[in-house]
Amino acid sequence: MSSDVHAHADAHQSADDHAGTRQGQLIGFGLSVVLTAIPFLLVMSGSLDKQVTALIIMAFAAVQVVVHMVFFLHMNTKAEGGWTMMALIFTIIMVVIALSGSLWVMHHLTTNMMPVHEMGQTP
Amino acid sequence: MTIATGTIKAGEPVFYVVDEHDHPEGSSTQLGFWIYLMSDCLIFAILFAVYGVLGAKYAAGPAPKDLFDLSLVAVNTSFLLLSSLTYGFAMLSMQQNRVGAMQGWLVVTGLFGLAFLGIELTEFAHMIHEGATPQRSAFLSSFFTLVGTHGLHVTFGLIWLVTLMVQVKRFGLIEANRRRLVCLSMFWHFLDVIWIGVFTFVYLMGMLR
Repeated sequence: MSSDVHAHADAHQSADDHAGTRQGQLIGFGLSVVLTAIPFLLVMSGSLDKQVTALIIMAFAAVQVVVHMVFFLHMNTKAEGGWTMMALIFTIIMVVIALSGSLWVMHHLTTNMMPVHEMGQTP
Repeated sequence: MTIATGTIKAGEPVFYVVDEHDHPEGSSTQLGFWIYLMSDCLIFAILFAVYGVLGAKYAAGPAPKDLFDLSLVAVNTSFLLLSSLTYGFAMLSMQQNRVGAMQGWLVVTGLFGLAFLGIELTEFAHMIHEGATPQRSAFLSSFFTLVGTHGLHVTFGLIWLVTLMVQVKRFGLIEANRRRLVCLSMFWHFLDVIWIGVFTFVYLMGMLR
C-alpha cells in the first residue's frame, strides 16, 4: 500500500516540477538570448575566420540545447525514476550514430566515386 | 500482497515485482510523451543527416548565400524563444491556479507561434517565387523537408494550443487538462530545441559556406 501512495506522490510532484520557477525561466531565457545572439553576430559581421566561426557556433548550439533541456524542459536524473534521462541518453546515442554514420559514409561515397560523367556534371 | 510477504523472508532483497501495483490515471503520460518526443527527435536527426549530406549539392542553382536573409531568421528565432518563455509563464500561472493569467500567456505564446509561422511562410513564398523550389536542387529539397517538417510541428502545436485553451475554458483546470498542458509545454520547448539545430546548421552554417 505504501508503494501506491509513494507512486502517486511522485507523479504529482513531477507534474508540479514541470513549471519550474519564474527565476529559472528568466535565467534560461537570458542565457538563450546570449547564446543565440553571439552566433548570429559572429556570422553576420564575418569578423572571424570561417572555420573558427563554424566551431564556435556549433559549441554555442550544443550549450544552448543543454540550457533549454535544464531550464525549460526541466530535465534531471530523478524525474520518472530516471527513465526520462535514460530515454534521452539512448536517443542521443542513436542521433550521434545516425548523423555521424550518414555523413561519414556519404562523404566517402562521394569522394571515392569514379568520375564517369564528369563532363556533364559540375558540382 | 499477502502472497508475496508469505514467500519472502524478512531482510532478503527482492529482485522482481512482488505484486501488480496500481497505476493512477495519467501517471505514465509524461514518460510516454517524453518517449514520443525522443522518437520525434530521431525523425529530425535523419532529416538533419539528409541535409548534411545534400546541403551542398546546389545543381548549379542558388546557394544559401543567395537565398537566406539572416536578419529575418534572427527575428524568427527570437519569436520562438519568446514563445518558449511565455509558455513557461503560462505553466507558472497554472501552478498558482490563475486561469485568466494562464490563458493570457497562452494567447501570447500562440501569437508568437503565428508570427514565427508567418515569417517562415513568407520566406518560403519568396524563395519559391525566385525559382528556388524544392525541385530545383538536392539542397533545396532537403532544406524544405527539414524546415518544413519543423514548421508543420509548430502548426500542429498551435492547433493543440487553441484546443487546450477551449478545453480549459469549458472544463477549467482539471487534472486531465493540467496533464495535457504539461505535455504541450514539453512539445513546445522541444520544438525550440530543434530550432536551435535548424538555425545553427542550416542558416548560420549555410551562410558560412
